[in-house]
Amino acid sequence: MNILRDIKGTIQPFWVTLRNMLRRPVTIQYPEEKRTPSPRYRARIVLTRDPDGGERCVACYLCSAACPVDCISMQAAEAADGRRYAAWFRINFARCIFCGLCAEACPTLAIQMSPDYEMGSRDPLKLVAEKEDLLIDGCGKDEEYNFYRHAGIGVVNPRGGNPDEYGPVDIKTNLP
Amino acid sequence: MSELLITLLFILVKLAVIFGVILTLAAYLVLAERKILARMQLRYGPNRVGPFGLLQPLADLIKMLTKEDVVPDQADKWLFLLAPGLAAVTALLAFAVVPFGPPLTLFGRQIPLVVCDLNVGVLYFLGLSSLAVYGVALGGWASNSKYALLGAIRGLAQLISYELSMSLAIVPVLLSARSFSLTDIVMAQQGLPFIVVHPLAFLIFLVSVAAESKRVPFDLPEAENELVAGFHTEYSGMRFGLFFVGEYINVIILGSMVTVFFLGGWLGPVLPGFVWFGLKVLAVAFFFIWMRGTLPRLRYDQLMHFGWKILIPLALLNVVVTGGILLALRG
Repeated sequence: MNILRDIKGTIQPFWVTLRNMLRRPVTIQYPEEKRTPSPRYRARIVLTRDPDGGERCVACYLCSAACPVDCISMQAAEAADGRRYAAWFRINFARCIFCGLCAEACPTLAIQMSPDYEMGSRDPLKLVAEKEDLLIDGCGKDEEYNFYRHAGIGVVNPRGGNPDEYGPVDIKTNLP
Repeated sequence: MSELLITLLFILVKLAVIFGVILTLAAYLVLAERKILARMQLRYGPNRVGPFGLLQPLADLIKMLTKEDVVPDQADKWLFLLAPGLAAVTALLAFAVVPFGPPLTLFGRQIPLVVCDLNVGVLYFLGLSSLAVYGVALGGWASNSKYALLGAIRGLAQLISYELSMSLAIVPVLLSARSFSLTDIVMAQQGLPFIVVHPLAFLIFLVSVAAESKRVPFDLPEAENELVAGFHTEYSGMRFGLFFVGEYINVIILGSMVTVFFLGGWLGPVLPGFVWFGLKVLAVAFFFIWMRGTLPRLRYDQLMHFGWKILIPLALLNVVVTGGILLALRG
């Protein structure tokens, strides 16, 4: 009974569309309504601080090397206590593709992706962020991690003084 | 002399009112279609221009008028410029014979609420809907583009095929009303609207009308995913706008024809005649929009098979059976 099936197949969709017409639209009306992105959303890049308030970034250039579009540049410098930091740190957001590879590459969790996605601009030069624009006061996604409490050359504790760290090996003990 | 002038004045006023109402209605039908389609797809549709997007037709009009009016280099210029006008005018002219209310008494004189109550109104409507083919055919031909030409060929074949079943579907109505005048046809439905008396003719007419208006599921002449935009591919600006408006005027006129032939025209309880007429036309228009939101486009061979092998034989059979029954009843 093909014809019955065909007639049913013609009538039934009308009911479906009518039912859907009476449902609430799923549209989010953007400028008025905003959805909250998940914490892992990849948008504006920030530089975080460790729990003590010091900069996490040690200017190792790994983010810059990982960046597929070469939008991160910096100049490393060293403080008097031996702590490395970035003298200047620049991200060109007009180039950035928000892939998150820089955040994955960072050994000190300094560079992180944040869910703040509203950063459009008509002027590309306004999208170039300097270190003071990038640096935030909080720790970002990890509230406890402090690189210099686990490694690093005697900045917080003397060498080998961190709880999960061995002291420097006395190479002479290996001699016969 | 003054009698003639007053009659002329009334006709002019009626013309102005009908023009205004039809064009506004066509513009808002576009908005209604976009909104209803959007709701069927769980969207909001245009809602930014004015309250609930009510000024959207105006914004569209301004956009259309300020766009560049491109005429392709290889196009047949005069035909190209003429075609959109033909499409809109043939649709508009058909409204001359549509009665949209019972005769009105104003300043002690009877005013029939129809521009011109021709005694061959049905033939006039059928003739104009045949002429509407020219808008599509010339537009597609004059563009000198293969997409436009393919769309025009499809449009021609489709309109000619479905016109047959459309005319044949009206025949039972004419047999029952015993008149070609649209006013008489409405008056003949005082007992029962013809949709109850001739349900098969109504279905055939509705399908043919959907095909005549070149809308989904019969929008092969402009099938976007194969022919870019079909016969109006090369048109831009207000010329495209005329084709577009013509399509919606066509929806209104065909909706009024469904109303007049099968739904009892302006007849209805409580509310005044022209309100009933408007409501019925809008209901048919809503059905067209609903159908657009529901059904997928037919394939070209399916369209032709359906028209020639199913609709026309069915309509012919309907004519013969109705005629036989009417003859038997009359004895």
